[in-house]
Amino acid sequence: MRALVTFVYLFLYAPIALVVLFSFNAGRNASEFTGFSTMWYGKALSNTFLITALQNSLMIALTSAVLAAVFGTMAAFGMQRLSSRGRAIFDGLFAAAIVVPGVVIGIATLVALVEVFSFLNPALAAIWPADKPPQLGLGYGSIIAAHGLFSLALVTMIVKARIASLGNDIVEASNDLYATPFTTFRQIVLPQILPSVMAGFLLAFTFSFDDFIVAFFVAGPKATLPIYVFASIRRGVTPEINAVATMVLIASLLMILIARVLMRDKTPKVRAGE
Amino acid sequence: MRGAKPTGCGSPVCLTAHTLFSLLGRRECGRHRAAQKFERCRSYRKSKMKPMITDRKRHLVTAALVAPAGLWLLVFLVLPFMAMVVFSFGERAPEGGYQAAFTFAQFANLPSRAAAFWNTMMIAPVGAFLCLIVAYPVAYYLAIKSDPKYRLVLVSLVVVPFWTSLLVRTYAWMYILGSRGIPNLLGMIGIEDIRLLNTPGAVLLGIVYGYLPLMIMPIYVSLEKLDRRLLEASADLGAKPVSTFFGITLPLSLPGVMTGVALVTILLLGEYLIPQLLGGGKVFFIGNALVDLFLQSRNWPFGSAIAVTLVVVVVIVLSVAMRIAWKVSGSRQVDLV
Repeated sequence: MRALVTFVYLFLYAPIALVVLFSFNAGRNASEFTGFSTMWYGKALSNTFLITALQNSLMIALTSAVLAAVFGTMAAFGMQRLSSRGRAIFDGLFAAAIVVPGVVIGIATLVALVEVFSFLNPALAAIWPADKPPQLGLGYGSIIAAHGLFSLALVTMIVKARIASLGNDIVEASNDLYATPFTTFRQIVLPQILPSVMAGFLLAFTFSFDDFIVAFFVAGPKATLPIYVFASIRRGVTPEINAVATMVLIASLLMILIARVLMRDKTPKVRAGE
Repeated sequence: MRGAKPTGCGSPVCLTAHTLFSLLGRRECGRHRAAQKFERCRSYRKSKMKPMITDRKRHLVTAALVAPAGLWLLVFLVLPFMAMVVFSFGERAPEGGYQAAFTFAQFANLPSRAAAFWNTMMIAPVGAFLCLIVAYPVAYYLAIKSDPKYRLVLVSLVVVPFWTSLLVRTYAWMYILGSRGIPNLLGMIGIEDIRLLNTPGAVLLGIVYGYLPLMIMPIYVSLEKLDRRLLEASADLGAKPVSTFFGITLPLSLPGVMTGVALVTILLLGEYLIPQLLGGGKVFFIGNALVDLFLQSRNWPFGSAIAVTLVVVVVIVLSVAMRIAWKVSGSRQVDLV
């Protein structure tokens, strides 16, 4: 049994380790390791296409995760105050946002936005006072919208679970001690919720940073890092991709590890004192 | 509910699994419902005691809190989905794209992509089943045999890969299975002309690799909740370990197994990257057909029809999984994660 489990862990990590190892390969030949070198990292970091894609990805991930963290937390609190029917509608929509395959989310967003733009752009041109009216099109906005959808559902779920685990006792105690609702929120609820909001933010960031398929449909002329990596894989495997892949891996590994530490439930320790 | 524990272990994977099943309405137990009713009565009486102006303010605050998320869901989920349904009844414009019409021609044309549907419907369940076979022993070890001191670390090590780029992880296998990987090594010891990449086997391997964490987690959670005294009682009554496993452990972990299989199958139905990179256009899924129709041949109405069909298939699979889950757990109330 132990041997089998060890084998599965090896299976999970060996391919990743191999990519990391070969990103330090001095030679061009992908099949033999000829010596240690960081030259592929240098090559990758001086590639302007790659740097642009990286900047795009960071910008999109940051924006969509911040929006999702703020709106998702608000929704998690708001949903508690809704009627059970309203809550069921929100639950269903959030679940749909997570379950509907990324391909379909990408397509639906693409189809809807292109249709809206083809209607808005001539209208905008007609009323625009200057010569060159702005052209609305796919790009940052559409990727942020589509990524934000999944991230919003993710944050809402995580924060909602945390709120449910808190219970009303401390809030009622605070109210009984004549705290205003705002003070109760700021001093009692927020500190307890904040770790899960942060965790939600980090997971949302990781999702957006790693997502390929949704962005593939709605990116328009912009390239995110996964789109760039996908395109280079199609062109042919070079050690440069290994270097990029390693950097992407390390970034998301850090994020997910911090998120997991933040999400650890600390309530049992508090309860033990009761 | 006061002091209600969050469902599952609180890991993102579990939360996802829980939401998946809440989509079709999670049946709650009678006690839970009674508690909810009591809570509602109490808040109703409370609200009656307060003056009307506070009540209106309360509603305003609630609306303000859910409005941004509600708008986002409406504009970027509900409306696009409706647009897609409308497109699926349209016609392809001569230069590609969409042209308004009302025809069932796109749906009638679905059989022309039967191969993609066939591949997906065959490989996705098989992949999920292979995942299960690998995942169950690992989940069992983590939940029951492993040292509690290291359990958290070991579980984290399973979850972490799921959140790293699937693109990079799949690419790693492309590298290993490609001509300069394993076939090259085999060539050195005299076994020539082995083809691994671009075969159904490679796709299945990629699937097991990519989705293993998602299968392990729900099974682990259901095994961890299992009452150890049952296992001891069974042993005290003279049952052999094997019969304890098949009589107690396995049946009690079935809800977790169902969750895992349903989750993985549903996500696989929309998979694109794994068949694209490891199947090399020979083993293609619905996702690959969709990318081709939207980004290459620009036949949007037909693509929309396929996407709508895919969503219908996902909903059907989900409902069937729910039915089976209810059946195996013996009641309408299922704690699935």
